[in-house]
Amino acid sequence: MTVADVLLLGLGAVAVGAGLCVVTTAHLVRAGLYLVVCLGALAGMFLVLTAELVAWVQVLIYVGAVVVLLLFAVMLTRAPIGASGDLDRPGWPGLLVGAGAGLGLAALFVDAYRWTSVSLPDGPDGPGSAGVLGGELFRSWVLPFEVLSVLLLAALVGAIIVSRPDVGASDRGAER
Amino acid sequence: MLSQAPTLADFGHDTWWVIIIKVLAAFVFGVVMTLLGVWFERRMIGWMQVRPGPNRAGPFGLLQTLADGLKMAFKEDLRPRGSDRLVFLIAPCISAVCALTALAVIPFGPIVSIFGERTPLQVTDVPVAVLVLLAVSALSVYGVVLGGWASGSPYPLLGGLRASAQMISYEVTMGLAVVTVFMLAGSMSTSEIVAAQASNPELSIGGATLAVPGWYVLLLLPTFVIFAISAVGETNRLPFDLPEAESELVAGFMTEYSSLKFALFMLSEYIHMVVASAVITTLFLAGWRAPWPVSVWDGANQGWWPLLWFMGKVVLVMFVFVWLRATLPRLRYDQFMRLGWKVLIPLALGWVLVLGGTRVAQVSDLSRSEQLWLGGAVAAVLLLAVLFWPARRQPSRPSPAEQVAARPPGSFPLPPLDLQVPPSPQARRAVAAKRTAASGRSEAEPAVKRPLEGRAGTDPEGGEQDG
Repeated sequence: MTVADVLLLGLGAVAVGAGLCVVTTAHLVRAGLYLVVCLGALAGMFLVLTAELVAWVQVLIYVGAVVVLLLFAVMLTRAPIGASGDLDRPGWPGLLVGAGAGLGLAALFVDAYRWTSVSLPDGPDGPGSAGVLGGELFRSWVLPFEVLSVLLLAALVGAIIVSRPDVGASDRGAER
Repeated sequence: MLSQAPTLADFGHDTWWVIIIKVLAAFVFGVVMTLLGVWFERRMIGWMQVRPGPNRAGPFGLLQTLADGLKMAFKEDLRPRGSDRLVFLIAPCISAVCALTALAVIPFGPIVSIFGERTPLQVTDVPVAVLVLLAVSALSVYGVVLGGWASGSPYPLLGGLRASAQMISYEVTMGLAVVTVFMLAGSMSTSEIVAAQASNPELSIGGATLAVPGWYVLLLLPTFVIFAISAVGETNRLPFDLPEAESELVAGFMTEYSSLKFALFMLSEYIHMVVASAVITTLFLAGWRAPWPVSVWDGANQGWWPLLWFMGKVVLVMFVFVWLRATLPRLRYDQFMRLGWKVLIPLALGWVLVLGGTRVAQVSDLSRSEQLWLGGAVAAVLLLAVLFWPARRQPSRPSPAEQVAARPPGSFPLPPLDLQVPPSPQARRAVAAKRTAASGRSEAEPAVKRPLEGRAGTDPEGGEQDG
């Protein structure tokens, strides 16, 4: 086992443990902080795999913006300090779905790669460098990327429509 | 040759004691600049407000910040009963650590010799160093947000809320702004961005070629303006210091903090200012490279001299920060958000498009006339878009006369709108008395005149006592 292997295993353990804490803790804000730890460990794994750009973009976008937005939403609504007792839901469906998805993905990856080894040359020509990644993204993967962003946009608009019943009301009700 | 501009290959070969010296030097730079920065800010604002400012402790009051720090260390450390103990403690630490970490990728100078070891004057550099800067400044939000939440009281919570929204908004603007720097420099590493600003690109105007200075503050002026505004927003400084607006939120997220935790928040705020100045210097003012009249001398960019140019530029940018604080009033929250999302982000996006289009036109082998046609087409589309853009029309308010005319039949009767009310006899007498007083002291009606004069408040001494 090389140093990279040990680091990957350790960071993976941290990520999984923090992820478990996210769904088991009763403290709302602390769940967000565990999510930060989980995403930070993921960024560390990218760093070990010499994908510096992905690692720092992960920190910038997910840790620096997405989780801050989650915390913003929690603080905007009630910001409880201490455990919230009313968070308990039956955990079995979630456990089933989560474990099923995780195991399925793991089986898929294990079956796909087996013992294939990929050499990771460091430096400006490595597979994780900004230039190579940008070229891949804008040449071969530009369509899936754009489709994903349209999906995200649709989800955002849908969320606004669902959460604001007054948006379509002015068209329907002539009395307003 | 001993000194030269470092490249990415020059990093990562230092011996352990050189690394320790450099890390320590960066830390000391941050802390000392904070000490001096607080003093500088207070003296400068004092000067701008025509008052002395702190001038008691030490020469020119230089030791005032040190005295304040000592005072804070001996204050009682309070913790509100409803607070979250652990998060309340680590929030200021997160703030300070994130602020200090950013100093690691700031280039202070070229390759120098420290006790015989040749090393760049920069703790470390990575191919994505500017992203590291952005990420670290994004992480420092946690200190503010968590500090506001963990205090367990309304004002800090509001401050934390504002901080999170503000920093996310201005993070986007900042990221979009630096994209143009990447496009021009062709790199995301800070040392290479500084090196890219050393070349003088040739500009041809009407046949004559002209070597313009390669500083990005000139080449990328719109980026510089956008970046500077969002840097002020990102560092929570006036006019954008909404998370700690003293007049509305007491002190925002640090209301409940005292003693050394408060000192840590203050420290991180000023280190943020220093880091923002250093980043602006690095990205737009050519970092440690000598400014024009000095750069004629060959030795200006070698050895330890660049440290001087770097410090000079950082102090200059910090002065602008202080100047802004002394000049501008605080923005209202909705104005601030509108500025960020509706003005700065579209501007930054459009500028990225324009610059990208220009680069593509330069690289591709289009003929001169084709380039002109392309540019003309883009300009025509823009013009049409501006001309036919659906303008929002203000809903016209009916005048009082129209409102009266539109009243339903059977309403209460109203007096005519052009009714002239004759002045009351008392007011007429007062006006007459004033007129006689203005035309010169007459002996008539002394009993009426005196109280009127007193009420007019023309006495300069009385006015000053009120203030």
